[in-house]
Amino acid sequence: MSDVKRIATRNSYGNALVELGKEHEELVVLDADLAGSTQTGVFGKVFPERHINCGIAEANMTGVAAGLAASGKIPFMSSFAMFATARNFEQIRNSIGYPQLNVKIAASHAGISVGEDGATHQCLEDMALMRQIPGMVVLNPADDVEARAAIKAAFEHVGPVYIRLGRLAVPVLNDEENYKFELGKGVVLKEGTDVTIFATGLEVYETILAAEMLEKDGISAEVVNIHTIKPIDKELVVASATKTGKVVTVEEHFTIGGLGSAVCEVLSENAPTKVLRIGIDDVFGESGPALELIHKYELDAEGIYKKVKAFVK
Amino acid sequence: MNNLELSKIANEVRKGVIKSTHAAKSGHPGGSLSVADIMTYLYFEEMNVDPKNPKWADRDRLVLSKGHVAPALYATLAEKGFLPKEDLLTLRHVGSYLQGHPDMKGIPGVDMSSGSLGQGVSCAAGMAVAAKLDNKDYRVYAITGDGEIEEGQIWEAAMFAGFRKLDNLVVVVDNNNLQIDGAIDEVCSPYPIDKKFEAFNFHTIVINGNDFDEIRAAFKEARETKGMPTAIIARTTKGKGVSFMENNVGWHGKGPNDEECKIALEELEKAGEALCQM
Repeated sequence: MSDVKRIATRNSYGNALVELGKEHEELVVLDADLAGSTQTGVFGKVFPERHINCGIAEANMTGVAAGLAASGKIPFMSSFAMFATARNFEQIRNSIGYPQLNVKIAASHAGISVGEDGATHQCLEDMALMRQIPGMVVLNPADDVEARAAIKAAFEHVGPVYIRLGRLAVPVLNDEENYKFELGKGVVLKEGTDVTIFATGLEVYETILAAEMLEKDGISAEVVNIHTIKPIDKELVVASATKTGKVVTVEEHFTIGGLGSAVCEVLSENAPTKVLRIGIDDVFGESGPALELIHKYELDAEGIYKKVKAFVK
Repeated sequence: MNNLELSKIANEVRKGVIKSTHAAKSGHPGGSLSVADIMTYLYFEEMNVDPKNPKWADRDRLVLSKGHVAPALYATLAEKGFLPKEDLLTLRHVGSYLQGHPDMKGIPGVDMSSGSLGQGVSCAAGMAVAAKLDNKDYRVYAITGDGEIEEGQIWEAAMFAGFRKLDNLVVVVDNNNLQIDGAIDEVCSPYPIDKKFEAFNFHTIVINGNDFDEIRAAFKEARETKGMPTAIIARTTKGKGVSFMENNVGWHGKGPNDEECKIALEELEKAGEALCQM
C-alpha cells in the first residue's frame, strides 16, 4: 500500500481553485485566517486581489460571501469544517440558503482524521447540518481526482454547495483519464451480491480494502461511492439494496445525520432494508495521529471488515 | 426633491406601514415609523435605482439588516413604483410575496434577504467589495437597529469594512433607543455607538434621523468621505408620526387593531393635509 499515491483533498481544492480562477474572473475566494491550512492560500498567491481574508470572523465571512454572490460573484468560502458550517450555521441558513445565493462552502479538516487537534476541531456533524438547508448540495469527495472534479462541478452548479475536504493525505483511487464526476450520482466501484456498502469520502478506499477481505471469506460485497450526500442517488440506493438485501453505510461522520441517515431515509420509504451504519456513534473525538484514530474508531478496512462480517452472518 | 416633497412621501410611507401591519394583524410598526424618513430619503433622493429594472447591475443597493421593519421598506418600494400599493395589504398573508421579513427572491427592489439580526452589514460589505473588484461606482447602504448592534457579527463586519476602507458603504443605525425588552441602555447598552464605529475606522455622523436637513447633509458628507466607510447614527423616535406609538416599546412588534388603525391613519391624514398647506 505504501506505493499508493496520497494527496489530501484540501490540496486538490487549492489546485482546482487556481485552475478555475484562470478562466473565471467572477470566482472569488474567502478565508478566515486559515488560508495556509485550507489551501486557499495557493489561490491567493496567484490572484491576491480575489483572495479575501476575513480574519477570524466566520459569521462575517458568511455574510460577505452572500453579498458578493448577490452582486454577481461566485465566492468559495473556506475554513475548517467546524467553523465553516457549525459556528456560522444560522448565517449560512439565512443569508445564503434562504435566498439561494450562489456561494460554495468548501471546508477542510472535516472528520476525526483532523487528528491531534482533538474533539473541538473534529467536525463530525457538518454533513448533517448542511443537509438540513433546503437547496444545499452536499459533496464529499473520496480522493484527489474526485475532489478536483467536485470543485469544478460545484462552480458550475448554480446555487449553494457544501464541499467536505480533509486534512489527511488519502490514497488516489480514481483514474484521472477515465474519471467523470456526475453530481447526484453514486458510483458502483465493485459489484456484489451479499451486501451493499455505501461509503463516502476517505472511507471509500477503506471500504474497497474491506470488500477484498470479505471476498476471501466468501462474502460478495457491492461497494458504492456516494460522493453526493445531497441530493442522494435514490435510484441507485434502492436498486443496490433491493439486489443484495443488506446495506451498510460507512462515513467519517456521526452516524446521526450524515450518509447513514440519508440512506435510511431513502430505504425506509422505498425499499425497507436492514441497515448497519458505520461512523462515529454519538461521541466526541479525541487527540491522536489520524491513522491511529481511524483504527481506534474502527473506520479502517479492518474495522469495516469485522463489522460487515458480523452483520452479514 | 425638496424637504416638503420628501415629508409628503414619508407620510405616505407611514400610512402604508399602518395599513399593512393592520392588515397583517402583526408586524413591527414602531421601528418602521422611526426609519420612514431615512428610507424615503434613500429611495427618493440618495440611491440610484430603477423601479422598471430592479436587478440593474449598476444600481445602488440597500440591505435592511433590521429586516423586521420590512413594512417601511415595502411601503417605500410601493411609493417608488417597484410594487403595487394595494399589495401592501397582503403583508404576511399566506401566499403573498410580501414576507414578514425581506425576501430578495420574490420582492422586486429587495437587494438582500434579511431579518435574522446582525447579518446585514456583512452582506452589504460583500456587495461593497464586489463593486470595488469590478471598478463600479455603485454604493451600498445598510440599515441596522440600535438593539441589533448588540449582535457580535455587526462588529466583525465593522472591523472588515473599516480595514478594507469600504468608502462605498454607509451603515445607518436607526437609534430609536428601544428594543423589545425595553430601553437599549437598560437591556445591554451599546452606547457610545459613534465611538465604537470610530474605533473600527468608520467616519461617523450623528444626526436627528427624522429631520430631512440633517439626513441630507449626512448622506452628502458620507458620499464625500473617501478611504473609510461611514456610519450615520440616526437618532429617531420610535413610532414617529403616530402619537400613541411614539416612544412606546409596546409598539415594537404588534399590528394595530381596527380602532388603533383608524386613529393612526386620521393623525397621518391630518399631518399630510398640513404638509399640503405649506
